[in-house]
Amino acid sequence: MSGEAIAFYLLAAVTLASAVVVVTTGNIVHAAAALVPSFLGVTGLYILLNAEFVAGIQVLIYAGAITVLILFAIMLTEGGTGLAGRQRNEQAAAGAAVAAAIAILLVAVAGRTTWTPEPGTLPSYTPGAIGQSFLRQNILVFEGTSIVLLVSLMGAIMIARREE
Amino acid sequence: MPGLAHYLVLSALLFALGLFAVVTRRNAVTILMGIELMLNAANINLVAFNKFVAPGAMQGQIFALIVITLAACEAAVGLALVLAAYRTLETVYVDEINLMKW
Repeated sequence: MSGEAIAFYLLAAVTLASAVVVVTTGNIVHAAAALVPSFLGVTGLYILLNAEFVAGIQVLIYAGAITVLILFAIMLTEGGTGLAGRQRNEQAAAGAAVAAAIAILLVAVAGRTTWTPEPGTLPSYTPGAIGQSFLRQNILVFEGTSIVLLVSLMGAIMIARREE
Repeated sequence: MPGLAHYLVLSALLFALGLFAVVTRRNAVTILMGIELMLNAANINLVAFNKFVAPGAMQGQIFALIVITLAACEAAVGLALVLAAYRTLETVYVDEINLMKW
């Protein structure tokens, strides 16, 4: 087994194990904390896939910002671990069946489809290529996303603000 | 060496876990955590396809970056809505939030 395969299986195990903790634990603070190793495992996978810039952004935004935001939301609402209340609704069995069915379907489709690789190679320095792409071919997407980000953060402030 | 199928299977499992959280959790904050897991699974697919199927184009990584940005927007607005709902209805359990008008 090559080093890349070992790294892949280790990162996949970390990601999936902490995702299982996120979805099953009754303690919502533990669920939010378990998000961090899950996101960091995905970061390692991005590095294995030669996407170093996406990996850096994943650490900054997911592992840094979104987890802290979720912890703030937990503390500002119930302000506790959630162990006192029931965390799961009555549909646990049906939900597990649906999730398992979708997982089996996706795995079967992924195994049966053959993908024909296009010619070309990844650039050796992907952050530079991403920057060039964002400011040339994809500038409309870039500007549109920045407007969506501005509007949604302003909307979040308006919604969360206490009414006078 | 892990190929495209390995990444697709991993992301399918991660997606199913996120979906399980979305359909069975009662707490709105944990439902948002499930949505984040599902978005991560989609991002793994995008970056893997970028490497294994279309290595000449950077569109997969570009799209993954945009999805990460929109996930941050979604988390901010979603958690703001949870705070607003908690302030008026005093609950974060989505099966108890059943009023169209207060």
